[in-house]
Amino acid sequence: MVDAKAWRAEVRAWLEANCPASMRLPITPEEMVWGGSQLRFGSDDQRVWFECMRERGWFAPDWPSAYGGGGLSAKQARVVEEEMLALGCRQPQFNLGVWMLGPVLLEVGTEAQKQQHLIPMMQGRVRWCQGFSEPNAGSDLASLRTAAVHDGQGHFVVNGSKIWTSYGDQGDWMYALVRTDPSANKQAGISFLLIDMKTPGITVKPIELISGKSSFCEVFFDNVRVPADQLVGQLHDGWTVAKKLLQHERSAMSKFSEGAAPSHDALAVARPYLYDDNGALREPIWRDRLAALLMDSHAFTLTHQRVKQEAMAGLPIHGPASIMKLVQTEQEVAKYELLTQLMGLRGLSWEGDAFSADEHAISRLLLLSKTYIISGGSSEIQLNIIAKRVLGLPG
Amino acid sequence: MGFLRNEEQRQLVHSAEVFLAAQSPVSLQRRIRDSAVAQAMDPGLWQQVIDLGWPAAVFSEDDGGLDVGYMGMGGVLEACGRHLAALPLLSSAVLCGSILRSAGDAAQKDRWLAPLIEGRLRLALALDESGRHDPHNIATSARREAGQWLLQGEKWFVIDAVGADAFIVVARLDGGAGPIGLFVVPADTTGLHVQPLHMADSRNYARLALAGVQLPAEALLASGIDSAQVLEHALDLGRISLSAEALGIIRYAFDTTLAYLKERVQFGVPIGSFQALQHRMARLYTEIEMLHSCVTAALDAIDQGDAQISQLPQLASLAKARASDLCEKAMNEAVQMHGGIGVTDALDLGLYVKRARLVQQCLGDGVFHRARYARLRGF
Repeated sequence: MVDAKAWRAEVRAWLEANCPASMRLPITPEEMVWGGSQLRFGSDDQRVWFECMRERGWFAPDWPSAYGGGGLSAKQARVVEEEMLALGCRQPQFNLGVWMLGPVLLEVGTEAQKQQHLIPMMQGRVRWCQGFSEPNAGSDLASLRTAAVHDGQGHFVVNGSKIWTSYGDQGDWMYALVRTDPSANKQAGISFLLIDMKTPGITVKPIELISGKSSFCEVFFDNVRVPADQLVGQLHDGWTVAKKLLQHERSAMSKFSEGAAPSHDALAVARPYLYDDNGALREPIWRDRLAALLMDSHAFTLTHQRVKQEAMAGLPIHGPASIMKLVQTEQEVAKYELLTQLMGLRGLSWEGDAFSADEHAISRLLLLSKTYIISGGSSEIQLNIIAKRVLGLPG
Repeated sequence: MGFLRNEEQRQLVHSAEVFLAAQSPVSLQRRIRDSAVAQAMDPGLWQQVIDLGWPAAVFSEDDGGLDVGYMGMGGVLEACGRHLAALPLLSSAVLCGSILRSAGDAAQKDRWLAPLIEGRLRLALALDESGRHDPHNIATSARREAGQWLLQGEKWFVIDAVGADAFIVVARLDGGAGPIGLFVVPADTTGLHVQPLHMADSRNYARLALAGVQLPAEALLASGIDSAQVLEHALDLGRISLSAEALGIIRYAFDTTLAYLKERVQFGVPIGSFQALQHRMARLYTEIEMLHSCVTAALDAIDQGDAQISQLPQLASLAKARASDLCEKAMNEAVQMHGGIGVTDALDLGLYVKRARLVQQCLGDGVFHRARYARLRGF
């Protein structure tokens, strides 16, 4: 094992030499490089950064080199992540496959599955999407009904539909939960299946939200034939695989959030609306409400830091993931509520040049932010988790 | 920003927990209340606390202190909150101690600070003049006359005033027209009258009347220093300390309520199985975790000294605003979820509710500190 200090210095030197300056600026959603068959680069720097990270295997530094990874230990890989963060390096590739599915395939996939799927995702040739939720299986995911029936000739035949699949229209492959045993109770009869989105019988339909166009899609399966060797883990044991996969959700989400639309600085947006033309505060109540909002955000940041320090010190921590999800998403909603209302009718614009970019953005985000407290386990689900698992309340 | 206590601090906090659990049961606070003594504390308990060195905890070894810092002291104060211990640590060690340390000259420190740290003297800060914390609205005046100071005015809600050996009185110089000055006024000074105020938490508060109080020249602290800054810094330490106490009070109420929800059976099931209550508890837990982070960050910022001095006022207001709001919300929820038993005097919770509401107001409530935070953020 290389000396830790020397390794850190080596990583930093390599990143400084290979990460173009423009790839160290905060990223915008348009500048995210998604791997997959529709891989496109908006600039030469994007291509250079993508290619040199790919060659180094640092899309997933701790994966074995045989599967396109960097072959590093977990410790060494963490240094790579830390140094990327410290230098402000962008994620060179956004891909659910690498961040969510890959680690699970490494753990429970067959050798053939690893060979077939890991290298293409690591080369940025295949983009993955997730097929979990269904119209009748939202918070109660285990009640899902999309059926996969083995035809006795080496295939599953899939019928049903998935909903809320992000970028389902751009995914090359989907990892999905399907019901393989309709007689078994809930979690027991579910399997984890990899599905090529080009298979006949699949239809993808984007979902329009109250905020306008979105990345969410509906995916319909009509007698879709999936080779049986695309089953991950044991038959009927897909719930276990999904739980493993969701362990990677938080770190994946934090990588995604780097590329999400930059969250508005509430104070900067609010300031012009707080005062009248003479520089006097319009209504003191707005100052109180804005201060409360900023203080909530300040408290959240401090909590984030504390949880990190306590985790690193090996202290027992209870329920941080649920608390963080609950608080962060509700604060985002509260922010857009406040800004919209502070702007009055100007905060409810839809289109046209009579309004500022902020004003248009705020009204859309007010509506879009509703998805934050519903998706990924609604606020109510997070409260259930805290009440039952952390507080030990019965029932 | 550091959120972890060192070994010495952990030991202090642990020993405070153990000591208070044994020596300061809630029944003691009940006895103090029922005996209606104005000093509202157990002198024996205070002497033990002095022997343990708590009043010396936050002072440097040069000053004769133990130098465990506010990360240690904050844990002690949280334990005081949890056990409802009435001890004059905030008034004497935190508020007056900080002012004397920043603003006292060598002679003043010898006379007042050293014995304060040793626990031989107890001081109290006479600042506010009305029901709402308003440290910039001072009418009490100080006039210089023939080498002496003449103080005139009225102070309300002076914490731990009854039985204090001396007061630090905040007054406006130049007969009320000038900047503020900080005066040490011995309790036995002629013209100083201490009227006990009987408040809901049965603790020690008083109204101070200063009628033609005459003081020697050396009664004025902070010669050559910005007294307003010294005071503001001391108040921030006080606000953070109160927030730590609040955290202890709130945690007591939360833990007690959580236990009650698991054992109280109605409709044939523990009431804690009802989602309507579960979600409220989960939200409270989340709020308490956030308050914990704010209080700890603020305590650490005190200990970081100059490195964090620019952040300290914001962190103090952040901690105290959240502590104040949660003193209201968490205690109200605790009472409501206990149902009928929650509003009886037989249950200790009521004593905590009363203490929490005083903590909420002292040194500024949520409204006060949100306005201050807004000013500090430049809007």
